[in-house]
Amino acid sequence: MAHAEGGSAARPRPTSPHIQIYSPMINMMMSIIHRITGAALYFGSLLLAIWLIAAAMGPDAFDQVNVLFGSLLGKIVLVGYTWALLHHMLGGIRHFIWDTGRGMEIKTADMLCWVSIILSIALTTVIWLVATGVIGGAA
Amino acid sequence: MVQLTLPNNSKIKSGKTWNKPESKGKWKEFRIYRWSPDDDANPSVDNYWLNLEDCGPMVLDALIKIKGDIDSTLTFRRSCREGICGSCSMNIDGTNTLACLQAIEDVKGPVKIYPLPHMEVVKDLVPDMTNFYAQHQSIEPWLQTKSPTPPKEWRQSHEDRQELDSLYECILCACCSTSCPSYWWNSDRYLGPAVLLQAYRWVNDSRDEATGERLDNLEDPFRLYRCHTIMNCTKACPKGLNPAKAIAELKKLMVERRV
Repeated sequence: MAHAEGGSAARPRPTSPHIQIYSPMINMMMSIIHRITGAALYFGSLLLAIWLIAAAMGPDAFDQVNVLFGSLLGKIVLVGYTWALLHHMLGGIRHFIWDTGRGMEIKTADMLCWVSIILSIALTTVIWLVATGVIGGAA
Repeated sequence: MVQLTLPNNSKIKSGKTWNKPESKGKWKEFRIYRWSPDDDANPSVDNYWLNLEDCGPMVLDALIKIKGDIDSTLTFRRSCREGICGSCSMNIDGTNTLACLQAIEDVKGPVKIYPLPHMEVVKDLVPDMTNFYAQHQSIEPWLQTKSPTPPKEWRQSHEDRQELDSLYECILCACCSTSCPSYWWNSDRYLGPAVLLQAYRWVNDSRDEATGERLDNLEDPFRLYRCHTIMNCTKACPKGLNPAKAIAELKKLMVERRV
């Protein structure tokens, strides 16, 4: 019974609003970010492939790509890729825990969401501080 | 299919303001979704003002007050007013819940009220539940047995009965299913959290002897596996049940019977 009988019943019914009105809760946001970072990793893998191909092609090509990746814009993209990779990996671990039926009470689930977002940012920071020699390394 | 924006006939226009406060009192604004099949207008949001000093404490009390005293055309479902019938499920303050269990004073600022999300609207706050009920029917929510019928009832131990706790209490209000983005995009093929929780309730019943067939029926890329553990369902459930966990248990059973 898609439409009631009588009157102006042929008029198509509207769809009630959904994502426009729903509260942006952490669990839902993390699910969306998990999707976006997952898609971003395809692009990131291309960067890795370009770097490896350049290395295989010879020192000139490798230097050119390294200059590109070492530029300010290149570094911003690589930091973004690092974060996307870590965020998606931690999200994967979170989903793996949930797949076992554990950690699904609202409080625990939210806590796991917050832990993975904070840890992804912290790990990205540490990796780049080490990579740029600000901490560790040279000593 | 994922469609983030609303179709043209569903876009929301601003509506009328009713009963603007003139006297002293504890005034609260209610912003309520309106749509009528009887004219050609798009949906709108009307603003109603109520003096909480002469209104009951719950959002359902406010809706009844508005319908009784201010605008009798406001349309919504309600029955038991105590959280057991599941009729007054709607989206209040950005979350699906039962209007009869949602206290007005727990909402900060204006109380925004919409029908359950991503549903066809029959009128105002009344969504078309046809598909939801058909999906419930599709999981055959009744006891199925092959053994000879016992002379009296089908017996069950206390422990086995406890396995049904946090499952049997579901009132099919659809708060969980219509909070789920996967259900928004794929309600034609994905069964949604409420129906899957019911499916698990029958799979988990010690007296039921159709477990294999029930799981076969769910072995489908959409019916069960469109659940991506977003967990909006568990947060929405006004009865404090955990559909996300029930679905995870179903997925586990699917794996266990294969290995």
